[in-house]
Amino acid sequence: MPLVIERKPLTKLEKTWLPQIIGGLKTTFGYLRKESVTLQYPEERPVIPENYRGVPTLVKDPNGRVKCVSCQLCEFVCPPRAITIDPGEIPEASEQAHVEKAPREFEIDMLRCIYCGLCQEVCPEEAIFLQNVYSVTGTTREEFKYKKEKLLELGGPLPDRHFKWDKKKAAAESGNGGH
Amino acid sequence: MTALSGTIPVFASLEGAPIALKAWILGMLENMGMPEPFLMLVSIQLSILGFFSVFLLLFVLASWFERKILARIQNRRGPNRVGPAGLLQPIADGIKMLTKEDIVPVAADKVLHACAPVLIILPAFLAMAILPYGKNMTPVELEVGILLFFAVSTATELAVFMAGWASLNKFSMLGAMRAVAQILSYELPLILAATSVVMITGSLSLTAMVEAQGGYLLGILPNWHVFTPWGFAAFAMFFISALAESNRTPFDLPEGESELVAGHMTEYSGFKYALFFISEYLGLYVVCGFAVALFLGGWQAPLPFLTFIPSWIWFFAKILCLVFVAMWIRGTFPRVRVDHLMNFAWKFVIPLGVMVLVSAAVWHLAGRGPLGWILSLPPLLIPYWLMARAYGRNYDAGGRVYRFAE
Repeated sequence: MPLVIERKPLTKLEKTWLPQIIGGLKTTFGYLRKESVTLQYPEERPVIPENYRGVPTLVKDPNGRVKCVSCQLCEFVCPPRAITIDPGEIPEASEQAHVEKAPREFEIDMLRCIYCGLCQEVCPEEAIFLQNVYSVTGTTREEFKYKKEKLLELGGPLPDRHFKWDKKKAAAESGNGGH
Repeated sequence: MTALSGTIPVFASLEGAPIALKAWILGMLENMGMPEPFLMLVSIQLSILGFFSVFLLLFVLASWFERKILARIQNRRGPNRVGPAGLLQPIADGIKMLTKEDIVPVAADKVLHACAPVLIILPAFLAMAILPYGKNMTPVELEVGILLFFAVSTATELAVFMAGWASLNKFSMLGAMRAVAQILSYELPLILAATSVVMITGSLSLTAMVEAQGGYLLGILPNWHVFTPWGFAAFAMFFISALAESNRTPFDLPEGESELVAGHMTEYSGFKYALFFISEYLGLYVVCGFAVALFLGGWQAPLPFLTFIPSWIWFFAKILCLVFVAMWIRGTFPRVRVDHLMNFAWKFVIPLGVMVLVSAAVWHLAGRGPLGWILSLPPLLIPYWLMARAYGRNYDAGGRVYRFAE
């Protein structure tokens, strides 16, 4: 269906072209007195919506445990291959030994990341989230390779509903953890 | 001066302040025993210095004001980082311009390339010399002032073409050719509009024109030319042509950045570019100054009880108002197409200019009164109406069909 924009024939007055000119001037004069809509950026910050997809970050659970178990699903799913994980084992002596694996190093190249959010979607541990960080700056390529510490710092702790690993541990200790 | 000025001594002393200051300096030099020719030279220099500094200050103000106004029209804030409300922005810009590298194209005509920016700024300063800034405050009292203005303002064309030719750049050349065509076309309505005032005043001197607009109708309405039928039409024409002459939107085709980069200024950088920039604003001020002197009563106060405010303040206030209108228009209307520009000049403004002359003659013959009002309106309104209709003949009211849009 073609779209037809109605164009009315000009009225007698409009044929003098004056109402159009005066109308334009009136409109702009009205804007002169209106509040400006621009943001004074470095001082004023924009309001980031709840579902904003900023920089991917690693999160901790409320008890401070790094949630990533280095399953490397995000690394495999990442379309631009921005994520590099060096999986490591959790030592026996640790409190979290039953989780078995944690990243030794977790690196996201922010110059490659396309903010698609697939890593967040694929993560079975809810350990990686695209949050409200929108400002990525640096002067060298190396600076844009965000390491584990930086990603955890950006992510911070997020509320957790499951405490999956704590429950597993409790179940195993009470003898109900049999398969 | 009216009786009121006696009661407010500050204003009374302000009226003659610039002249008194000059007389004081000259008197001091005379007491020091300076020879007579030297005193004359100093007197000339002081006058020149006066309007040089005032207009350059106004230029600085205008470059800030324009950005501010445009920003407000576009819901932005404009410059607000340098100094209070960004007022020091022009100084920062000036420092930037002065410290920038001056690039001259290898293939350019070096001499002409360097001459053009200097030459372009001269006409504006020359025309400033004959503006009546206030009572007894015309730097150069010329019997044929208005002629000098037209002679001098056409000279910008030469500088623009020089700049375009010397740069050896296609954009520069095209911009310069457009500029010449445009300025030539709009020079004519400018002259026609001014001629009507010459007809009515019977003088080519700007001072005489301003004085002819003194006095008040019924003791309250100012006797300015803009408040007559022919005067209003001539003023509108003069202002439109003035916008075109000073290359301002919506007639800034010679430097339309979307098509010509920067027209004749493409190959200029650093302070040479700044000179073009300055000349543009000075040109606007001068042309607005002439519009004020010809149609808006020059230094006359708009209402009789406001005459206690010095005349030169009124003159500059009116100029600033017109400059604001020019900025307002810049923020409102898009750039016209080049063929529309020419059509508008030759098929609309110039025929109307001739009719303004007829109307002014009728106004004069009918006794410049109520009868003049009745008789001088038809020669303006009927051609305007007919030409406006002819202009809209190509307007397609059939609706616009977008085949691939949803």
